Amino acid sequence: MNQIARDIPRLEARSKVSGRADYTHNLRLPGMLYGKLFRATVPHGRILSIDTQAARAHPGVYRVITGEDIKQLIPEPYYGPAFHDQPILALDKVRYVGEPVAAVLASDPHVAEQAAQMISAEYEELPAVYDEVEAMAPKTLVHDVLRPAGTFADLKHLQGRKGTNIALDYHLRRGDAEKAFAGAARVIAHTFKTQQCLHLPFEPHVAIAEPGDGRLTIHTSNQTPSFVRIEIARLFGWPENRVRVKVPYLGGGYGAKVYVKLEALVAALAILVRRPVKVALTMEEQFYMITKHATTFRIKSGVDTDGRIVARACEVFWNGGAYADIGPRVTQKSGFTAAGPYDIDNVSIDSYALYTNRTPAGALRGFGVPQLVWAYESHTDLIARELGIDPVEFRRKNLLRDGRPQASGTVMQDAAIGEVLDALVARVGWSKPFDRGTGTLRRGRGIAIGFKASISPTTSVAIVNVSADGSVYLYKSTVDMGQGSDTAFAQIVGEVLDVKAEDVRVVAPDTDVTPYDMGTLGSRSLFHMGNAVRLAAEDARAKLRALATEAGLPEGTNYPPAEIFKKRYGMQAGNVVGTASYVPSYKPPDAQTGMSDNVTPFWMVGGAAVEVEVDTETGHVRILRLINAADCGKPINPGVARTQLSGAAIMQLGFTLSEAMHLDGGQVTNASLADYKIPGIGDIPPMENELVAAEQHSGPFGAKGLGESGTFGVSPAIANAIHDAVGVRITELPITAEAVLRALRVKAGHPLEDE
Amino acid sequence: MTSARTINFTLNGQPVTAAIEPHRNLIELLQRFDLFGARESCGQGLCGCCTVLVDDKAVSGCLYFAVWADGKTIATVEHLDADGALSNVQQAFIAAGAFQCGFCTPGFVLMAHQLLKEHPNPSDEDIRHHFSGNLCRCAAYPEIIDAVKRAAKAT
Repeated sequence: MNQIARDIPRLEARSKVSGRADYTHNLRLPGMLYGKLFRATVPHGRILSIDTQAARAHPGVYRVITGEDIKQLIPEPYYGPAFHDQPILALDKVRYVGEPVAAVLASDPHVAEQAAQMISAEYEELPAVYDEVEAMAPKTLVHDVLRPAGTFADLKHLQGRKGTNIALDYHLRRGDAEKAFAGAARVIAHTFKTQQCLHLPFEPHVAIAEPGDGRLTIHTSNQTPSFVRIEIARLFGWPENRVRVKVPYLGGGYGAKVYVKLEALVAALAILVRRPVKVALTMEEQFYMITKHATTFRIKSGVDTDGRIVARACEVFWNGGAYADIGPRVTQKSGFTAAGPYDIDNVSIDSYALYTNRTPAGALRGFGVPQLVWAYESHTDLIARELGIDPVEFRRKNLLRDGRPQASGTVMQDAAIGEVLDALVARVGWSKPFDRGTGTLRRGRGIAIGFKASISPTTSVAIVNVSADGSVYLYKSTVDMGQGSDTAFAQIVGEVLDVKAEDVRVVAPDTDVTPYDMGTLGSRSLFHMGNAVRLAAEDARAKLRALATEAGLPEGTNYPPAEIFKKRYGMQAGNVVGTASYVPSYKPPDAQTGMSDNVTPFWMVGGAAVEVEVDTETGHVRILRLINAADCGKPINPGVARTQLSGAAIMQLGFTLSEAMHLDGGQVTNASLADYKIPGIGDIPPMENELVAAEQHSGPFGAKGLGESGTFGVSPAIANAIHDAVGVRITELPITAEAVLRALRVKAGHPLEDE
Repeated sequence: MTSARTINFTLNGQPVTAAIEPHRNLIELLQRFDLFGARESCGQGLCGCCTVLVDDKAVSGCLYFAVWADGKTIATVEHLDADGALSNVQQAFIAAGAFQCGFCTPGFVLMAHQLLKEHPNPSDEDIRHHFSGNLCRCAAYPEIIDAVKRAAKAT
């Protein structure tokens, strides 16, 4: 029964359209208390006092808890995947407006919320730093001492430093960029910026901790259940098996829900009061949880007289906010590809993760790569224009092909960069005549492509269980947050064991039951867990054959599993458990050169082509066509894969045209869906989505991850198209009508006055 | 906090009674009946995740006080397959793959029923206009438009 490349609906489709799907949001437990947070009102300050008296006296309040209370329970109450820098509730200092300072517990969430507003705190205000480039100078220090975690093998080299805001700096030196610049025919440099924006899953962050019998169960809307178990166990000094983490479906994640978010808080609160505690953020509070890095990217290229890029230098500054979260990994991993999908012999990359007094930044659908592609594809387009070469021809001339080493030294393999570019060029009709508009409505076209290294080295473990009637269970800790991973894995199991994917029971993550997985992030699941699932299913198949032999059935015959069990056990009894773990090889980058010949087990490739119409009187940009293409290897479920491509592109459309967190004195001034504009149904341009013909030979049945690839090309393709239409270059996201109008007026010699 | 008030209303076809405080919204009331298909998300009536039908009109449950339900007829997404069979719209959403995480889906499904009642054969423009108050962060919008058209054909 062929289960691969089958367009089946998601396994949980029925429960989702009927409103019955299980989310942590829905869960209430007997005796449960609701926690509401009192948050910092200053961006940087020493805590002088916290007055909780009125809140404690408020009728219906069960307890009020501060950082000092948590310290009584956990002497070192700091968590984080890269640094143990984030206190469960603020201790000594606050480092951003909105940082949790105290929690109020009550049976009624309204009571807890009211009481939280009765808390006040006094601070000795300290100077604050918001800008990533300013943070490079050690004038205002967000942290006095850095606290590296070393949880992940590839972050082992992180060392705590003093007197700096730089959480991690990654440097790559390939060839001799300085020498190549000196010999280049032209050297062209630009600076690009991106804004702080955020994920905003519609099921806001929510977690419940349930204490009992020396153990703790955490129900949470989280993408990394195995990591949460390990980190909570570490905080309490417990073995892993005293912490159980259960994750039902997620109402969106996009990277917001990776690593520990509310889990350490609910765990500490629940242990302190010995009752179940639920903390559910509001939409507004998500603006104080985790965001996407604002960046400044200085990029410089040297080209020879043939239009070949001979050198490229990249300096990237990542605005990580007050706590490192996974920012150091973003800084390093995205650093590998900062020079773009081009074959350049001399490359230097300097990538810096910086602490500032803003809401922390983490990974958002691309682990920093969309910020990089924005810069290098805008830059690449500008070079082509300056040289008078067609932007597509210029890219083709310099494209990184399979078999050639990428900047890090890793040789490209199964990366359909050329195919993605070709698909975009063909669909948009690049060589065909194009209506460029007239009068105040001008049209233009733009193309951009990007690529990404996967996260490595990471481990996935899967268990496949065949019951005595032949029905099959799959146990895995991958979290299905809408990307369709449960369905894809069921198809893989079905293919190996010759059962229908719809008949495979996929067990939701529950760390007491489902085995270790590094996390559902970075588009890693289909490749890593997909491989583990395939191997586990093959293990089960081999064990079934062994059971048949044991039962005395003749070799080589194809008995249904139910008959094998019956023959072996005399009745409908027993089961067969197949298991496998998958961890691809990896070589950490050299400390001196930042190079490694094995930085990733696979490459993601994505791009976009757009046609835009710019109103020169208002600066308004209308997207006439948005074409997305990506290499996902051989898709397991092409229908679901296409919706991943399309959804990622639309999300990036929001980050390109409208989404931005506005800060005033460190305070977010637009923390609501009313003032922070995400794409609605009226904002969707005519779209085409293409999965190019490709194969990831090391992937399960030729497949690989896709969740992020649709984000790569959208922003620079739009900026390139605007340039094509009206001759102005936007270098900072988001591209608002005002930004375009200002640029048009500057070009016309009549700049608009500043606000 | 003020004391509870007793209200009587029809919920998904059944007459029911509840005692509820005046500051609570309709979503909190529905949760007492173990109905979780309508979900409070943005809390400002902007995202449509909390869509509920009150006397056959779509309202944002997060902005609708529970006590206002007194004497009203309330329908949630759960009434659509009360007889065990999915509605045409629900089937079309599955066929079109018109959701990812599914959190906003009940709101879109209820709104699609409303639309098709008024416009059995809606244009793309009708669909876009009708769903201007429903947001989907996974951005399944193209598939949602496709689903509504499929449902229109099947109706």
